[in-house]
Amino acid sequence: MSEIPLTHILFVSTALFFIGMYGLFTRRNMITMLMAVELMLNSVNINFVAFNKYLFPENLDGVFFTIFIITIAAAEAAVAIAIIINLYRSHHSIDVEDATEMKW
Amino acid sequence: MNAIILSAAFGVVMMLCSFLIKNKSNFRHIASVALLILLIGNIADTYGYTFFAIDTHGMLQFNRFGLLFNSIAIGSTLLYVLLTGKEIENAGMHVAEYFTLILFVLCGVTLLSAYNNLLTLFLGIEIMSIPLYILTGSDKRNMKSNEAALKYFLMGSFSTGLMLMGIALTYGGTGTFSLEVVRNAPNMYKGLVSFLEILGLLFLLVSMAFKVSAAPFHFWTPDVYDGAPSVFTSFMATIVKAAGFIAFIKLCAVRMAETESVVDWKMIYAIIIVATLLVGNITAVFQQSVKRMLAYSSIAQAGFMLFTLISLNDMAYEGILLYSAAYSLATIGIFAVLVKMKDYTFDGYNGLAKTQPVLAATNTVFLLSLSGIPLTAGFFAKYYMLAAVVKTGNYTWLVITGVLFAAVSVYYYFRVIQAMYFKEGNAETTTIVPSFKYGLIALAAIIILLGIFPTLLLRWLYF
Repeated sequence: MSEIPLTHILFVSTALFFIGMYGLFTRRNMITMLMAVELMLNSVNINFVAFNKYLFPENLDGVFFTIFIITIAAAEAAVAIAIIINLYRSHHSIDVEDATEMKW
Repeated sequence: MNAIILSAAFGVVMMLCSFLIKNKSNFRHIASVALLILLIGNIADTYGYTFFAIDTHGMLQFNRFGLLFNSIAIGSTLLYVLLTGKEIENAGMHVAEYFTLILFVLCGVTLLSAYNNLLTLFLGIEIMSIPLYILTGSDKRNMKSNEAALKYFLMGSFSTGLMLMGIALTYGGTGTFSLEVVRNAPNMYKGLVSFLEILGLLFLLVSMAFKVSAAPFHFWTPDVYDGAPSVFTSFMATIVKAAGFIAFIKLCAVRMAETESVVDWKMIYAIIIVATLLVGNITAVFQQSVKRMLAYSSIAQAGFMLFTLISLNDMAYEGILLYSAAYSLATIGIFAVLVKMKDYTFDGYNGLAKTQPVLAATNTVFLLSLSGIPLTAGFFAKYYMLAAVVKTGNYTWLVITGVLFAAVSVYYYFRVIQAMYFKEGNAETTTIVPSFKYGLIALAAIIILLGIFPTLLLRWLYF
């Protein structure tokens, strides 16, 4: 059985990335938007591991980068949840449409 | 190296201080001392005394340019804390944490001025951004502050996602994260590989444009700057923004320049610059609130700083340092006056010259500097930027556009001066202590001094 080619994996990660972007732009619930952001970051992780494994297997740069991304994503999620809780306390809703004190 | 480690260490110390010290007003003194030590440490680094000998395997590269920028950033932060420390105390409940976050942001800034690897670029940007999301939302009872934090977070994490995708694709294209690439790409996917690199660089360009709020990726800026507590807007709009530029310029000068033959990057930059100048200046004209006007003016100033990307010669590097110093100092001064005002609209400034002559006079100097009038630092900053582009011989039309928009900017800066001096009114301010006035006068003096002798700053690049 032949190996799965790189392009297949890139297709999956790119699809995930754009699903995340689509979710960020269309969903109005903040938790869902946070999930969409995480999806974008994690699709990048797939990319890194795939490039590392297929194109540059001699060192582990790409794999190490994913660890940094996971750490930073955790920190970002912590801050995001804090912001969302704060907003829920003041607006009693986690819908971004309700947070329109300022005009764009 | 000194600045990176000391800023992180002092951040942790400040955090511990919040448990140990009960008196709120001590924190800003501790923070000022910490920043002063940081500044001294960084200057020592400039002269070659590194306290920490750490081998970063080329991930960080310290040069005069980056170290001088560190000095400017830390010095501006010191002046910022000295001038507006009192307001930081009033911004919310957790005073020590705000100073902690400011020090952590500085850690990110110092990392960005020295990065030589896309990993350190990513870490620097994130260390800089995440504390800022918290600072933006620090006024917890205020709906606007919450909303601004939310918008900032969503836009910031979106651009982080784009940046990571860009880094992933360039990694796929070159096999390394280091800025200077040794090209020995594998043959198996040859066509795919160069395509990946270009696509990745485009993603990186977009995400960096987001971070420095260049049009058409600027739309989050006015809301975030308007909603955040004014003291923190001041910090965000100056030091953080300038650091974003330093990172952007380094990326463009090394990585993008290598693929100049495939993509005409300079044309893309030129389009971004014109769009940024147009959006920033024209929208600023129609604002009623001074704070929001300053948000748009920061977009407009970003357009000028982006001129460096076109020229990328020695003069441009000198120019960007001078520009970040002039812009940071002037904006910190304007915001220091702004937070003392009771009413943030233009009308709120009516007759300030009568009630608070010192505030009005120094504010005039800061506004003149931002609009680039001679004898202030802003003039030489703009002059260096434009002259560097002229030196390259191309893009004369861009320089003319820049000058025209600088003329437009005079209109909205002078509206504030007009309100202060020529309109009847009774501008209300909170209580002004004499030391604050002396601080403003010192800041104005620095700006005028830099406007007459720009070499005072630039000679640190060559000694």
